[in-house]
Amino acid sequence: MTADNASHYLRFDGVKKSYDQKSLVVKDFNLDIAKGEFLTLLGPSGSGKTTVLMMMAGFESVTSGDILLDGHPVTRTAPYKRNIGMVFQNYALFPHMSIAENLAYPLKVRKMAKAEITERVYKYLKLIELDQFGGRTPAQLSGGQRQRVALARALIFKPSLVLMDEPLGALDKKLREQMQLEITRLHKKLGFTVIYVTHDQSEALTMSDRIAVFEDGVVQQCASPEELYEQPANSFVADFIGENNLLPGTVIETVKGIAKVKMLTGDEITARCADCGEGNSECVVSVRPEKVFIVPGDHHYENKITVKFTNCLYVGDFIRYFFELPDGTEVVAKFLNDHVAPKLSEGDKASLYIRTKDCFAFKVK
Amino acid sequence: MTPLTQINAEITTHPAGDLLTSEEVSLARRELRRKKLIALALVIPLLIFLFFTFVAPIGTMLYRSVYNPTVAELIPQTLSSLESWDGQGMPDKAVMSQMAADMKRLANLRKSGKLAESINRYLPGTSSVIKSTARKLRRKDDQKIISQGAEFLLAANDKWSQPEIWQALIKAGKVYTDGYFLTALDLERNDAGDIQQRTSTQIYIKLYAKTLRMALIITFMCLLLGYPLAYYLANAPSKTANMLMILVLLPFWTSLLVRTTAWIAMLQTNGVINSLLTSLHVISSPLEMLYTEFSTIIAMTHILLPFMILPLYSVMKGIDPSLMRAAMSMGAKPPSAFISVYFPNTLPGLSAGALLVFIISVGYYITPALVGGTDGQMISNIIAFHMQQSNNWGLAAALGSLLLVLILTLYWVYDRFVGASNIKLG
Repeated sequence: MTADNASHYLRFDGVKKSYDQKSLVVKDFNLDIAKGEFLTLLGPSGSGKTTVLMMMAGFESVTSGDILLDGHPVTRTAPYKRNIGMVFQNYALFPHMSIAENLAYPLKVRKMAKAEITERVYKYLKLIELDQFGGRTPAQLSGGQRQRVALARALIFKPSLVLMDEPLGALDKKLREQMQLEITRLHKKLGFTVIYVTHDQSEALTMSDRIAVFEDGVVQQCASPEELYEQPANSFVADFIGENNLLPGTVIETVKGIAKVKMLTGDEITARCADCGEGNSECVVSVRPEKVFIVPGDHHYENKITVKFTNCLYVGDFIRYFFELPDGTEVVAKFLNDHVAPKLSEGDKASLYIRTKDCFAFKVK
Repeated sequence: MTPLTQINAEITTHPAGDLLTSEEVSLARRELRRKKLIALALVIPLLIFLFFTFVAPIGTMLYRSVYNPTVAELIPQTLSSLESWDGQGMPDKAVMSQMAADMKRLANLRKSGKLAESINRYLPGTSSVIKSTARKLRRKDDQKIISQGAEFLLAANDKWSQPEIWQALIKAGKVYTDGYFLTALDLERNDAGDIQQRTSTQIYIKLYAKTLRMALIITFMCLLLGYPLAYYLANAPSKTANMLMILVLLPFWTSLLVRTTAWIAMLQTNGVINSLLTSLHVISSPLEMLYTEFSTIIAMTHILLPFMILPLYSVMKGIDPSLMRAAMSMGAKPPSAFISVYFPNTLPGLSAGALLVFIISVGYYITPALVGGTDGQMISNIIAFHMQQSNNWGLAAALGSLLLVLILTLYWVYDRFVGASNIKLG
């Protein structure tokens, strides 16, 4: 394999999908995935991410475009010839087979020698720490254990690619976090390539190498979790990932990627311009609640806004403060629950400090 | 004991606070009893209804297969005097005179026909002997019968001088008999009292075998037609599925008689199928389809099809569609994925449907009676014949009991090998 092939091990080339011959569910999907990469398709339900996964697995046909796996087009290949492991949201374990038989199934289909099957099944049972459970049926396992079996079953035949369709959706929060670690551990250990579909952003952020944010059949941004969070490409990504304050205003001018924005209150702030449009166009400035400060520290804060305190919510490790701009726009700030957490009562005036690099101006759609 | 295990031991033994006081125990019991009583009160009307409409009639019917009091009630004194007879040669004159007296009494009560019919079952040809003798004895004087009853009998008919008729009397006079069951199994007792194959006609075993064979064919046909349809229904979009489901259920809601009669119209010599085939010049003379085994099987398959489709459908509906996808993603071709993954998961519905269709068709009556002719008769038709025409309720009861035993045995076998808990009806 050439180095070039390794960085686009899997390539979606102008893939489109229509179910009703009228409208496109996936519009011109282009993506390169490197070997061993953990890529997440993140988006609200109905955004087309599962459709992409199903086209990759071969359960849905591709309306136009090509999917290339390791340089070979697989667009017209039957699902059972693609050698792709798949983990389903509801596990899809075969209820009439034991755990060991479930794991052995893909190997048996491949007509592997019996001794080898037994050995490989044992190895994978051990890998998911269920080596005592081989004789049980799926119904006798807990949700987390079933998910681990489903994972092992998708990996045991060494597929060229593993697809996961919201695999943790049916688990409770604590188990979900455990399983996130488990999947990451297995991914690090075995180095398989993953396309992971989820609508849970925190799951996507903690696990992925790269995240493709999907909306309306289009990839809005495909970047590392950090970049996605810190430098959202547009207002949808900014709004979809994490919490946001959206402050309306008008762009006055843009110089070297820094926009000067006049807010509805008349204050002027500076913000980074992602796609903010030219002068005199309406925009929103997006600021994350944890990037809003009330007590200026050592940093240099370019922006200062005056607000009125309305309410606060005690969350535990932090406190969520609600402020109001004079024009009524709500501003949320998150402060750590430590000794400097401000004590405010309703109606108090306060000043909030924000750095320019934490403000993003997006044009209003 | 290490400190740790000590702690564990303390944790596992209940501290006093966890135990209920005797007052609390009795309160909890009373609560439980109250709940049970309410549950019982709710089902009691149904239980009473079931007892009078189901348990009691069937119980008495089954009892009739071994209980045969008719003759014993008609001629009790003759039977008690016959007890002294050793069964060889002829009985005493006193016994014969007693018989004559009993017959005269019956003749005056107009019950000699009943006696004749009962004895005739044990010794064919006796019916007329008893009836004519009784007629002659009716006019004789009571005093004379006591003294010369034997002579009157012998004079009335030669048969009274043969031991067979007296042996038949003894056989018929037994209150509890295994005779009906032996007949139902094509067996009989020879003169020495041993059980042997019936020498005359052997029809019942053959009929049971034929019934089972037909039920199997019907079950298989229902499976063949029902499985693909249930599969299609379970995987179709709900709008189509609901529409088709109504089509499946429509015959279910139509009267059984109407459906069966419709088959008569279809299959008869000048019926729809024959006229169609003739007009298309496929056949030159009409086919004989009605009143055959073929017509019974066709009509019953049609009638019982919903019983196969409904459990299959409900089980298939519950099968996660991603199972097949998972199997295919792991490299199984669709046919092999179907056989190794989908099919085993439909087995609960399949066995429920097959068991339902089989058991219902084994005991089916109306359809074979209407379209079966003589060729398509099943065991239930013979039972009905003995109930309605030959008035041999004992034999009908014995045949019915055997049918019940047969079905229970089959169910037991099924439970042993497949497991009844696998059945899923809906």
